[in-house]
Amino acid sequence: MGGLLVLPILIPLLTAVAALLAWKRRSFQRALSVLSTTGLLGAALWLLVVVWQNGTQTLQVGNWPAPFGITLVADLLSAIMVVLAGLIGLAVAVYSLGSMDPDREQFGYYPLLQVLLMGVCGAFLTGDLFNLYVWFEVMLIASFVLMTLGGERAQLEGAIKYVTLNLMASALFLAGVGILYGVTGALNMADLARRLEQVRQPGLVTALALLFLIAFGIKAAMFPLFFWLPASYHTPPVAVSALFSGLLTKVGVYALIRVFTLLFVQDVEFTHTLILVLAGLTMVTGVLGAVAQTEFRRLLSFHIISQIGYLLMGLGLFTPVALAGTIFFMVHVILAKSALFLVSGIVYRLQGSYDLKKLGGLYRSQPVLAVLFLFPALSLAGLPPLSGFFAKLSLIWAGLEAGQYGIVAVALGVGLLTLFSMMKIWDQAFWKPAMEDDSTKSSQSSSWALWLPTVALAGLTVLLGFAAGPLFALSRQAAEQLLGGR
Amino acid sequence: MFSIILSTAVRYLFPLMLLFSVFLLLRGHNDAGGGFVGGLVAAAAFALYAIAYGVPAARRTLGVDSRVLISLGLLVAVGSGLWPVFSGQPFLTGVWAKPTLPVLGKVGTPLLFDVGVYLAVVGVMMTIILTLAEE
Repeated sequence: MGGLLVLPILIPLLTAVAALLAWKRRSFQRALSVLSTTGLLGAALWLLVVVWQNGTQTLQVGNWPAPFGITLVADLLSAIMVVLAGLIGLAVAVYSLGSMDPDREQFGYYPLLQVLLMGVCGAFLTGDLFNLYVWFEVMLIASFVLMTLGGERAQLEGAIKYVTLNLMASALFLAGVGILYGVTGALNMADLARRLEQVRQPGLVTALALLFLIAFGIKAAMFPLFFWLPASYHTPPVAVSALFSGLLTKVGVYALIRVFTLLFVQDVEFTHTLILVLAGLTMVTGVLGAVAQTEFRRLLSFHIISQIGYLLMGLGLFTPVALAGTIFFMVHVILAKSALFLVSGIVYRLQGSYDLKKLGGLYRSQPVLAVLFLFPALSLAGLPPLSGFFAKLSLIWAGLEAGQYGIVAVALGVGLLTLFSMMKIWDQAFWKPAMEDDSTKSSQSSSWALWLPTVALAGLTVLLGFAAGPLFALSRQAAEQLLGGR
Repeated sequence: MFSIILSTAVRYLFPLMLLFSVFLLLRGHNDAGGGFVGGLVAAAAFALYAIAYGVPAARRTLGVDSRVLISLGLLVAVGSGLWPVFSGQPFLTGVWAKPTLPVLGKVGTPLLFDVGVYLAVVGVMMTIILTLAEE
């Protein structure tokens, strides 16, 4: 069954190759990208079922035995993340059909999309720390090009900040890997976990843990290293924004979860308390930034940061319930956030602006779109019976159990502010009457390709609320795997 | 800007560099060298050709679109990884041919993988260099 592990990497790779060969044939590339992301989602679901039934799957690439060769590992967390990558990939591929301009399509948008998905899936599936670095790079290089593709002034401005900080994070990550290898002589994560226990230099190990915290923290947009995100995420086309917001920072969080549940658990008192404090600060700064914004996508970008805080909160609490909450929250936030970005793209199509001041009257003219916005938005704010409520409930419950009342208070307060800022969008874009002298109102029709993925993702956030029980059981199982792997 | 010294030198250097790149590719099989550095040397040969005779001439000599080279290289590399999968072994496992060749020694899928890397590197470098040189 091990061959299944390679599929989420091979499918995007082969698609990228085929798309490169058909460089000039746009319609072929469009069809291919939808087909292959469907295949990716299928393979990911299959993998999830196999992992769920038969436990963790491993594959020794090249048949080299474990601590020497590169191992691909899929436990429940990896499998869940790969499914999410396939889902967002498919949604974005369909959305691109209706929203991507011919120029970008001409210059390799579809191959790049596939390379990005390959990098993301590779990062989720690898069991080797250096290999994780390689997949990060694959993902980053593709994201650099996707961010600048089109060459608009704002795009390049955002990309400079994005590229510089992410390269710095990569350098720190690589330095960390190098030192870790020097200390333990291993790169395989499972082997590293075993060897780190025997290292009798607690100071060095904690310093290494912080190096990784900074490196992944930049990629995950954790406080105080988040400022590249709101500076860049609103500049590329919406489909790219949605993909980035759904997957890229989450890969950073995934890496943090992996490293801080498997490798650096020697000094939980210090490292995980630090993560908890940073989680609280990330939540608060993110949501305060969001409240101050009047641009649709910038507001959503700040929300990404505040949600990262919730994800880290579960890791910082470091109990099975808290980690399960984080995993549940991950599923919820990836779906809801991407759905909101897709909605913002449709709004732009209809009214020709992302500026909340210029928008208006959408509730009257587009009631369906208003509902599509409202469900993920309220879900993100944590209103029952939507998925966000259960995600936050489990985290707060875990916080109370652990006696960390400070972070619980922060999480609840930030939830209120999230609701406030979402209502700001609602009020400005949907509720208030449309501008009378609106000459910018574009007549572009929005095709089914824009609506279908948006409806699907928004529908899933609602569905998650009703399927909260089984999903939480799955998250709980994944969390126990994370903590029991030692 | 046509230089007679350069163009005469390139006439001899170009085949030598290509030969050397193939040498590096095959030698990398067991020794220092390999597809990546071999591909770079081959790309350097074509870059020199482009400087001496112009970009259109270099494109003609290359024969295929450099993007096609990238995809071909990737296909060959992935194919070499998939080969063992069909006989039930993990992805990228080395499969070796029984008979040994006189100069190369044992040949197998790792060599095929290297050839893929070689093609992909030539393709990438030529895409970058020729695009920049045209602007």
